Amino acid sequence: MVFGIILAGGVGSRMGNVEKPKQYLEIGGKPIIIHTIEKFAVHDAFEKLIVLCPKQWLENTKNLICRYLGETERIVVLEGGSTRNETIMNSIAYIEENYLMDEDTLIVTHDSVRPFLTYRIIEENIRYGMQYGAVDTVIPATDTIVQSEDGQVITSVPERSRMYQGQTPQTFKAKKLKELYYSLTEGEKEILTDASKIFVIKGEAVHLVQGEVFNIKITYPYDLRVAESLIQEKL
Amino acid sequence: MLNAIYRLVAPRRFEVEFTNIDLCSRQIVVRPTHLSICHADQRYYQGLRPAEVMRKKLPMALIHEGIGEVVYDPGGVFQAGDSVILIPNTPQQKDGIISENYLRSSRFRASSFDGFMQEHVAMEPDRVVPLDASVDKIVASFTELVSVSVHAIRRFDRIAHAGRKSVGIWGDGNLGYITALFFHAMFPETKLYIFGVDAEKLSRFSFAEETFSVMDIPEDLYVDHAFECVGGEASQKAIHQIIGHIEPEGTISLLGVSEYPVPVNTRMILEKGLRMFGSSRSGRDDFLETIALYQKNPELLGYLSNIVGAQIEVQSMEDMSRAFEMDIHKSMGKTIMIWNI
Repeated sequence: MVFGIILAGGVGSRMGNVEKPKQYLEIGGKPIIIHTIEKFAVHDAFEKLIVLCPKQWLENTKNLICRYLGETERIVVLEGGSTRNETIMNSIAYIEENYLMDEDTLIVTHDSVRPFLTYRIIEENIRYGMQYGAVDTVIPATDTIVQSEDGQVITSVPERSRMYQGQTPQTFKAKKLKELYYSLTEGEKEILTDASKIFVIKGEAVHLVQGEVFNIKITYPYDLRVAESLIQEKL
Repeated sequence: MLNAIYRLVAPRRFEVEFTNIDLCSRQIVVRPTHLSICHADQRYYQGLRPAEVMRKKLPMALIHEGIGEVVYDPGGVFQAGDSVILIPNTPQQKDGIISENYLRSSRFRASSFDGFMQEHVAMEPDRVVPLDASVDKIVASFTELVSVSVHAIRRFDRIAHAGRKSVGIWGDGNLGYITALFFHAMFPETKLYIFGVDAEKLSRFSFAEETFSVMDIPEDLYVDHAFECVGGEASQKAIHQIIGHIEPEGTISLLGVSEYPVPVNTRMILEKGLRMFGSSRSGRDDFLETIALYQKNPELLGYLSNIVGAQIEVQSMEDMSRAFEMDIHKSMGKTIMIWNI
């Protein structure tokens, strides 16, 4: 069984003077989160789509799904956790309660603010997720990455050809992810920025899937302008 | 749903843009899987259309020959994963007399609106026809081109007089080959003569009665009817030869596209009482007839596989450019993009 996990748990703090979390802002006349859910909804591989959002946005999210997608049976809206990985754990808990989760149960986790992902990216996440157990979507770094320990001087300049920028989806065998996550120390949990790192810390291989440059994360007001300009209707 | 669409914005330059597919409309959503490059696409890609045409039509997604898989059908007629052939002609009205592909109001993919180089294509449910699993997908991807030949042959059957001992086909390219192949399947009793310029290409027409170099046609050779599958600058010469080698009251079916007006010998058309008729594009009925012919004559699929030139896996815009460049440099055959976007 494959589950789509749409992560809309955070309340954005980097979006300027907007009151709504960024995933509820509109591009192309529709909330960003709806564009993202639609990409998963048309994919028949998913048993269920689990959307996780802030508690105060639960009803609003359900209403939006109902308005734009009509049927909601295949989509469930849950409250997110305190961190990204706690949010993912909430989705796994839901799967355990409602389905028979086994070693092969796969979760495709995706940022709700990345609506430009493609069918191929989802398809390859599922295919390689089944095969390897853990998958991260990346694009080769185009800027040189500079590392600095103190934010004052450069510590090192890693070789760019070996650097990639992480995107989503990230796909995992759910049971394995849960086991690894709960085996981490609190210190290890604190330095997690995403779920792939759970596997990396534990020495488990994470397979790469080629992302797309346009699979952008809408984080800043500038991104919203870029996103709007990418949509070019032509009758 | 946001949909990635890969538009040609200038000669040899693709760019990605996004459109919004309304999942609440009655349109079905299809994911293209195999796309076949046509000369018409190349004329846009290389910037060979007149400048005012390029200005008016671009940016536009290319490709009007292809197949795909249904992703979503609100009407429930198709299941997710069903293979379908895509119909590029998109009528805007119904007409009891004029075929859908001749209605001036009809829109055509990669000509009057975006073609199939998209992540998903939203289409009216009658703009796809089911593809049987027995048909090879590479071959099926250029069914549109086959349906154009089938359409022309069906029109020939309606228009041409019953004397059909011999038919000549001018043109040894893909269109000539397919027209000859399907004419032979539909009219096996008729002797088929092929006229071309390239000995190697002519050798592919093993099912024909005889092939001739256009430089060396016997003076006393006459055909009852003819198909012109040449197009371009050579159209004039081909039509001139046909008029010379056709029997009185024969029909000449014109299929070759030319960018410029072509002078023809009207005096001989009058003297011989010839009928010339044009055929262009195809409609749903022609697709259905083509599929019925595939099923009735499965050997046709083997013959069609002979004209597959290159198969190119496409995952990026670089791959798209590579496919089009490779298609330019091929000597013959169709270039198929295995579309994995």
